[in-house]
Amino acid sequence: MIVILDGGPQTTVQDLGRFGQLRYGIPPSGPVDGHAFVLANRLVGNGDSAAALECTVMGARFQVHVACAIAVTGAEMPVTINGSEAPRWSTLIVKSGDVVKLGAARVGVRSYIAFSGGLDVTAVLGSRSTYLRGGLGGLEGRALRKDDRVSLLPALLPRAWRVASDRVPDYATAPEVRVVLGPQADRFTEAGVAAFLNNSYEMLPQSDRMGARLRGERVPHLRGHDIISDGIALGSVQVAGDGQPIILLVDRQSTGGYTKLATVCSFDIGRVGQLKPGRSLRFRAVGVDEAHRLLQEHRALLESDLSAKAKE
Amino acid sequence: MSLAFHPAGDLAVLVELDGEIGVELSMRLRTLEMLISQNVTGVVETVPAFRSLLVYYDPRAIGYLALCDSITALLPQAGSAPVPPSRLVELPCCYDDPELGFDLDAVAQRLELTTAEVIALHTGAEYLVYFIGFAPGQPYLTGTPERLVIPRLETPRTHTAPGSVGIGGTQSCIYAVESPGGFWVLGRTPVAIYDRGVAEPILLRPGDRLRFRPVDRREYDRVAAAVAAQKYRPVIA
Repeated sequence: MIVILDGGPQTTVQDLGRFGQLRYGIPPSGPVDGHAFVLANRLVGNGDSAAALECTVMGARFQVHVACAIAVTGAEMPVTINGSEAPRWSTLIVKSGDVVKLGAARVGVRSYIAFSGGLDVTAVLGSRSTYLRGGLGGLEGRALRKDDRVSLLPALLPRAWRVASDRVPDYATAPEVRVVLGPQADRFTEAGVAAFLNNSYEMLPQSDRMGARLRGERVPHLRGHDIISDGIALGSVQVAGDGQPIILLVDRQSTGGYTKLATVCSFDIGRVGQLKPGRSLRFRAVGVDEAHRLLQEHRALLESDLSAKAKE
Repeated sequence: MSLAFHPAGDLAVLVELDGEIGVELSMRLRTLEMLISQNVTGVVETVPAFRSLLVYYDPRAIGYLALCDSITALLPQAGSAPVPPSRLVELPCCYDDPELGFDLDAVAQRLELTTAEVIALHTGAEYLVYFIGFAPGQPYLTGTPERLVIPRLETPRTHTAPGSVGIGGTQSCIYAVESPGGFWVLGRTPVAIYDRGVAEPILLRPGDRLRFRPVDRREYDRVAAAVAAQKYRPVIA
């Protein structure tokens, strides 16, 4: 069991997500940065879908009441165990009574804390992920706060591993995010699409797990910004009347009536979620076939992240 | 009838049907959705809307073109295959309490009807759950009687209580969760169409038909208490 001493601004339980519920209006939820999340789980010997914590902007402080392995990945939040600094992207063995603290994110936005065995909260509709807006899943559908207790599923202690330093994502560099144009790219002016692809867009502070709001060169519509409502994919770049893009994330509304210029590829969506307000990103258009090739490459690289781990 | 395909990133494709939005298109859409889920490998989930399906797929199991071809091949069957079953759901609704149906008087005035006529028209109609979207369990309803067609609120409310039953344009609506809103609220149902506390939190499904049964405030309160105690089951035929 772990006991939360300080939940920080927004710490939630997430597994890989709640699938098959979008047709009932329930988004998948799950980690915003799936790449960092999966690596955290693998570092503690878990399957990829075990439930872990997602901390936002600032970390949580908690006490473990059982010997277990933990790993912290994602945003650069300094980690201490009983006050002593501990490495990130690495298996950490903790004993009962240890106090773990994550500080404020220096780079990136969201960090992940995985525990050997995984967090044991009741699965709702097949998932332990927290959907905050719907008050569903996780711990009572809400962010964690002081005195919350969360059990761990039983597990053996894994061997200690780390992710090689050249495999740790660099969240400080302005990312180039790959998009597939559409489904409604034809509803924008050619100059607008060009502006979207040739300029930087700045992340705004109003962003959350539902969507990332950006500001930059306006993307003008050809004829109005309303469409007959349709489904919204992960990474949809929605452009409302103000011509500014919003990238829809894991807690997105299932359907909507605004034009969608492009869709950020699944393998780059985590980088969007790690962009601090005030920092910028750029978009690059790829075709569906190239996107699938890049996705395969990304998955292969994730496997080699594992083999690149060196014994401590 | 034809299909258009638009990629929605590396994991989804938007499939658009042509034709008028209405009961027939809705049936075709649901039939096509069912055929896809039964026949196309690699499909992860589908999201129906007014005239489209967003099809999420696993590109390790099926490529983009193969997916589009497989869906196109199913189209001829979508007109003739049996339509997935449609349930009839009856929801109690309290109209004659200004606390719950706070726009009823204004609607009656605007449409030059008595409030009793508005209630009779609203409860006399059968609504189709075209699809669920935007919020958990939120139905998009068609079937508003022509006499009740009314422009949406000019200034949307910032808060609308869950269960509020409203009309706006040609659409009808039940608010699944507390949210802003542009619909005129005629009444409120005590039944939770999104209930996070139960194993099946979503009451309505795409393709369901829906009727409202007028109840007084006392009956509303009685049902609300039963819902809170998880002892109420709406009438579903």
